[in-house]
Amino acid sequence: MATEIGRDDGQAAGAFDPLKYWLILPAWLVIGFFLLAPICLVLVFSFLTKEFRGGVIWEFSLAAYDQFLFDRGLFGDEPPRIQWTYIEVFGRSIFQAGMATLLCLVIGFPTAFYIATRPRRVRAVWLFLVTVPYWVNLLIRTVSMKFLLRDSGPLNEFLLFVGVVDEPLGIVNTGLAVQLGLFYSYLPFMVLPIFATVERYDFALSEAAADLYADRWTVLRKILLPIVAPGIVAGSILVFVPSLGAFLAPDMLGGAKNFMIGSLIDEQFNGNAGNWPFGSAASMILLSLVLVALFFYARQTGRQGRA
Amino acid sequence: MKRVLCTFVLVLFATASAAQEKISIYHWFEYIPQELLDKFSEETGIEVVMDTYDSNETLLSTLKGGKLGSYDVAVPGDYMVKILISEGMLDEIMPGELANFGNIQPQWVDVDFDPGRKHSIPYQWGTTNFSVNRDAYTGDIRTTAILFDPPEVLRGKINVLDSRGELLALASLHLGIPQCTSDREQLQALDDLVQGAKQHWASFNSAGAKEVLVSGEAWVGMIWNGFAAKARAEGANIEYSYPREGMIAWMDNVVLLKDAPNRASGIKFLDFLLEPENSAAVTNYARYSSGIAGVEALLDEELLSQPEAVPPADAPSGTFVEVCDPEVDKVYDQIWTRLKQ
Repeated sequence: MATEIGRDDGQAAGAFDPLKYWLILPAWLVIGFFLLAPICLVLVFSFLTKEFRGGVIWEFSLAAYDQFLFDRGLFGDEPPRIQWTYIEVFGRSIFQAGMATLLCLVIGFPTAFYIATRPRRVRAVWLFLVTVPYWVNLLIRTVSMKFLLRDSGPLNEFLLFVGVVDEPLGIVNTGLAVQLGLFYSYLPFMVLPIFATVERYDFALSEAAADLYADRWTVLRKILLPIVAPGIVAGSILVFVPSLGAFLAPDMLGGAKNFMIGSLIDEQFNGNAGNWPFGSAASMILLSLVLVALFFYARQTGRQGRA
Repeated sequence: MKRVLCTFVLVLFATASAAQEKISIYHWFEYIPQELLDKFSEETGIEVVMDTYDSNETLLSTLKGGKLGSYDVAVPGDYMVKILISEGMLDEIMPGELANFGNIQPQWVDVDFDPGRKHSIPYQWGTTNFSVNRDAYTGDIRTTAILFDPPEVLRGKINVLDSRGELLALASLHLGIPQCTSDREQLQALDDLVQGAKQHWASFNSAGAKEVLVSGEAWVGMIWNGFAAKARAEGANIEYSYPREGMIAWMDNVVLLKDAPNRASGIKFLDFLLEPENSAAVTNYARYSSGIAGVEALLDEELLSQPEAVPPADAPSGTFVEVCDPEVDKVYDQIWTRLKQ
């Protein structure tokens, strides 16, 4: 109870109180130097002129945003039409990231629930096991995923051997492969936050509800889900946001031909396109979309909290 | 305690002095055997650090992105040498600075991308085309239509190089139009061609161009000739095609980069690669052709007759990728951007 009170009025750190600005200073320095400053740089670059073969000229230009919004044909002299290509790229990215999040939720929720309801000792082992694959570099895991999924890989050979299919499924170089790759990359980001909320859930509440004649479904819907909802939301954000900007999975598993936003941006800096202002503009548009979505979400939950 | 401290200081000193002579190389992936780098370190005492890239364009954008000044040498292809020179990114090799300069085969000294070899030395040369899996397809493969208008059975089983220069040059050969044409109809046709062909391509992959052929993931793979030979050596039943429409020829070159942190080491490395024995080691590993005189006797025997290096008598000679002027390059940019999304 004491900790509850302490948490509420923010007095828990009493002895450290005079130090509080100094304690937060390193965090602000890190955020300022490694987050805000680079973002400002990207913002500035998005309004500069593209130099021939990569690089920028320090002249103000809206060309990058113009390229994003309007299609002026192959030679750049036709009357502008709405540019659907990049909207499609964004749409595709949101769809892929959404599917990956859904997959993570469907697999991650029962997993987290199972782990959280084990005895304390076993729980630690399970959590440990969830993190083991993530000791391996993301690039290696993505390539391995491709080796598993490809037509001559173990998955297809097994299915062919068992006779479930007559010919290989042809998953590699499709959107499905990208979703699977993203799902696998970010699964623990879903499991861990949900686990944290389910672990704190007091199962006496379920029993109480059952005593009042609530069936299992009602208990899940009316008691458990609302209480663990913050974990689900946090997990979904943690999976959705990095998936949206991913470029390894679409590059390696999707065959680098159906761009997601991440690969579109990557191509502007590392690849053949060499258009830094456009890459910066695409980054800023992506960032704004995510921020706006998170802002509305925060306002929504803020209201619910007060209500 | 004191002793521990002493040892610690000694170790620090040792690493500091060992780190004095260094070279950082920016190189293509899978293009130089580790043993050769070890040999260089052994002979000169210079520590080798190497990063890799998978296309000429990536090399350029990395250097532009602020890496110029952190590498000593790089290995750009012919047209990229020209671009790097025009961007002022290469250092000049002074006459007499390279002891083994005379080892360069005469026909590779006065090349049009670097007349008189003021900035570069030959590394390897070869061709770019495509290989076809002969278990999957037995028909005529001596046409670029295999890539750009593929027969039914090969559709969706094609990998192309993620390399703007080579892909658009090969597409131009297919159409029979000049590279870097400024004719609007021809440029439109080029755009239409690659846009129409894209649906038949499974992937854009350079670093995995060999792997997709060996694993059978792709039945047709646009590929460099030596890489194709390696894929065949690894068990793929593939044949390298010499299309009647033409093929891409290229030469990769070792250059000294501007603001090289270890210029002297760079010069030593260039000289090292000009020795026939060392150049032959690269050729034996990468299976292309060397531009250094006196390597013939040192090459693996099967290299001399491998089909990837010996075109049939009626094959057209190779075409080098050209550098377009800014106006046309802008349209090429558009074509490539539209293709990749």
